[in-house]
Amino acid sequence: MTTINKTTDPLLEQMDEVKHRVSKVLELAKSLGADGAEVAMSRQQGLSVGTRLGEVENVEFTNDGALGITVYQQGRKGSASTADLSEKALTQAVEAAINIAKYTSVDDCSGLADKALLAMQNQDLDLYHPKALTTEQAIDIAKACEQSALESDKRITNSDGASLDCFSGFKVYGNSHGQLVGYPSSRHSLSCVVIAGSDDAMERDYAYDVNRDFTLLDSGVDIGKKAASEVISRLKPQKLSTMKVPVLFRADIANTLWGHFIAAISGGNLYRKSSFLLDELGKEVFPEFLSIQERPHIPKALASSAFDSEGVVTTDRDIIIDGALQTYLLTSYSARKLGLTTTGHAGGIHNWLVRDKNIASRGSKEADFDAMLKTLGTGLLVTELMGQGVNVVNGDYSRGAAGFWVENGEIAYPVSEITIAGKLQTMFKGIVAVGADFDRHGSISTGSILIDEVQVAGQ
Amino acid sequence: MNKVEQALLADSHIDDAILSTTLTSMMARQVDFADLYFQSSQHESWMLEDGIVKEGSYNMERGVGVRAISGEKTGFAYSDDISPLALQQAADAAMGIADSGQGAQVQAFKRQAPIKIYQAIEPLGSLTQEQKITLLHEVEAHARQVDSRVSQVIVSLSGVYEKILVAASDGTYGTDIRPLVRLNCSVLVEKNGKRERASAGGGARTDYSYFFEMEQGKARYLTYAEEAVRQALVNLVAVEAPAGAFPVVLGAGWPGVLLHEAVGHGLEGDFNRKGSSTFSGKIGSKVCSELCTIVDDGTMANRRGSLNIDDEGVPGQYNVLIEKGILQGYMQDKHNASLMGVKPTGNGRRESYAHLPMPRMTNTYMLAGESSPEDIIKSVKKGIYAPNFAGGQVDITSGKFVFTSSEAYLIENGEITTPVKGATLIGSGPEAMKNVSMVGNDLKLDAGVGVCGKDGQSVPVGVGQPTLKIDEMTIGGTQ
Repeated sequence: MTTINKTTDPLLEQMDEVKHRVSKVLELAKSLGADGAEVAMSRQQGLSVGTRLGEVENVEFTNDGALGITVYQQGRKGSASTADLSEKALTQAVEAAINIAKYTSVDDCSGLADKALLAMQNQDLDLYHPKALTTEQAIDIAKACEQSALESDKRITNSDGASLDCFSGFKVYGNSHGQLVGYPSSRHSLSCVVIAGSDDAMERDYAYDVNRDFTLLDSGVDIGKKAASEVISRLKPQKLSTMKVPVLFRADIANTLWGHFIAAISGGNLYRKSSFLLDELGKEVFPEFLSIQERPHIPKALASSAFDSEGVVTTDRDIIIDGALQTYLLTSYSARKLGLTTTGHAGGIHNWLVRDKNIASRGSKEADFDAMLKTLGTGLLVTELMGQGVNVVNGDYSRGAAGFWVENGEIAYPVSEITIAGKLQTMFKGIVAVGADFDRHGSISTGSILIDEVQVAGQ
Repeated sequence: MNKVEQALLADSHIDDAILSTTLTSMMARQVDFADLYFQSSQHESWMLEDGIVKEGSYNMERGVGVRAISGEKTGFAYSDDISPLALQQAADAAMGIADSGQGAQVQAFKRQAPIKIYQAIEPLGSLTQEQKITLLHEVEAHARQVDSRVSQVIVSLSGVYEKILVAASDGTYGTDIRPLVRLNCSVLVEKNGKRERASAGGGARTDYSYFFEMEQGKARYLTYAEEAVRQALVNLVAVEAPAGAFPVVLGAGWPGVLLHEAVGHGLEGDFNRKGSSTFSGKIGSKVCSELCTIVDDGTMANRRGSLNIDDEGVPGQYNVLIEKGILQGYMQDKHNASLMGVKPTGNGRRESYAHLPMPRMTNTYMLAGESSPEDIIKSVKKGIYAPNFAGGQVDITSGKFVFTSSEAYLIENGEITTPVKGATLIGSGPEAMKNVSMVGNDLKLDAGVGVCGKDGQSVPVGVGQPTLKIDEMTIGGTQ
């Protein structure tokens, strides 16, 4: 699938060389007395340009590398990392990790992932689409994006600029079970932030797109227009009075709710008894029409990966079937703490698809954004959340919000300076519908989420 | 030659002549200003959980960042290899921003006399590995001993030893050694199936001996354990917080995160040069209640946010941002200061050599007022008293900001009564600050735990304030 000719791409040549270095580092760890070791090494290079009000603001050439090593010695663990990749620094890192393992405690649950679970070979997921742009080309793309925003409405009064980032790099992972795998990937993004209004009544908003394949990015013109229409729609916001109302989380922020769900079913929080979803495996935590599937091998997807950060092979999984929790998200450590097997989630999740069965049967037209507004009827549409007021231990949720008041399925006026609060476990069960207006900017494909009742605080 | 020059330059075969040649090569274009930033850091961390030391790690970083500025344009490149060749390659890339022609002259380096807001200490070796392990165990033992409802304890210890050197075309030449230590205790308490977590800790720009100093008759590390348990137990019996607009009394110290969000970010020079802040163009105007005098102070001895010199070589300063409610000035780095025609204020900071500097806060706090904390509480008929917060966020353009309480109580008829659960408070910066109606005489700084994020860059900061009352804020409870 990848069409790059391997012999002519210096980055891929470098990856082969880095694999060699990783195996050398593993050998060194062994010779210094480690009975197990794992090494991750990454390299990333790129170009990042920013323009503002039609002029170049920043041109940054990024070039980052890092190596991390963890060693195990009779059940004790030590880690070290370095951004200096000289031979001397790599040796120092191994020695530092070995030294630390002399002082940490014996932990029966620590150690490499079980050999049988490892991905011994990489699988090409079509993640590598480097784009060679000259600085001038990159500047022109960013300028055109911002220009489109500035031109689209007279009420746009200022700009925080547009930026284009093109990165490509690779990750290599190896361990003392004989695993040595690596893959290259790329990531391109274009974004624009504009300001509307003046004096004490200014608002800002943004739009962006991100893709592994530069040619699939939304056009700068569209991103600019979107940023402009977002900020214009926010002008002259009102506060709401304090009340309980149905709330629609627009698709692009709905994934924050899934983020809290992920934290609640992650092994680290479960074995620490620090989750509001303890002992919920097999039980209904969402309404029965809701399902979540994980698909780690979707070509070009942002969260695709053939193995997790411990080298464990990733597989398709059902996370939620008919509203019931099918699996926790485990690393080999948290799995051992819980007496279970790792699910390949060291380092996070891999492409989730959140689906509403009722909508699938009705057809996606019936569940686009406008249809979701109709389903909401009269209530609050949330388009922005602020702050960190989420307590994963007990599910308490309280965050700053901005968005729109909706009346009879139509947006009435923008609102800001309000909070929304509730208990996550109640909010999850109170989901009325999930839209088909899928957001594809992140690792979770979700539509907007309608919740029956949430406490709003305002005036 | 000092220790920093030895480690960052001499060991890599770089001398004054090479620094000078590199800067001169950049100024051969239409470059107004160029600088070179060398950095090395060593960072260690240790973590104890379930009574055993589970994790230990050691991190090394080293590199050089090269910046060229031409008008409003900035070119930037960096390398994790410090060598004459890598330096020149980065300079070639960075100066690509500027057109051909002649830039400013490179000034002769003026070596600064060392400043001693904190000492040039290597903290990692200030305890043996065995002593670090013992410290972790003692914090845990103390937390468990304080209360039997403590079911889990996580203790973490970290230390950073950082060296920086900056040389610039304007003749700036400065070096700094920046120690930073941090200890944290997080506990889970459990009763009748109900669980709550809380954490407490502190740190400073010094070595690990800081944690053994006495505070109110007790070694500081023990107070962290006690504070974490106390907060968790308060939350175990907390009831639902109210929803709606109420008077709010904020405690002294860490609640100064209010100032960081409601005022501080909006006064950073970059936003104001661009006119994107709600405080833009308001110097000389009244932006807060006249009870408020707010400063950003990089000169406090050993404080987490303090700087001998900032990342552009400008000495740390005491800057009055707002005096008796009147806006005095913004926090500046060199680039924004020069574009706005003012002096840099010692606020040019960067996360590392691989990041561009920008205006950032150091230690931001409000000076003490005249009210006693007791009188402030007494003045409230029905409201909220919030002495501890988790963190906050601001939209500098609309001025809307939030911060989330981690310990709060109802005030009823002038008395602190029932504890309420953590809730987010939201307001508009200038509006909230105009509603400050009482300021306490009990100024306190935080314990040394603040991390500020901006544009993806994290830097250590401090905050502080006396107890103060805001007549109305929206509280995001559920009742």
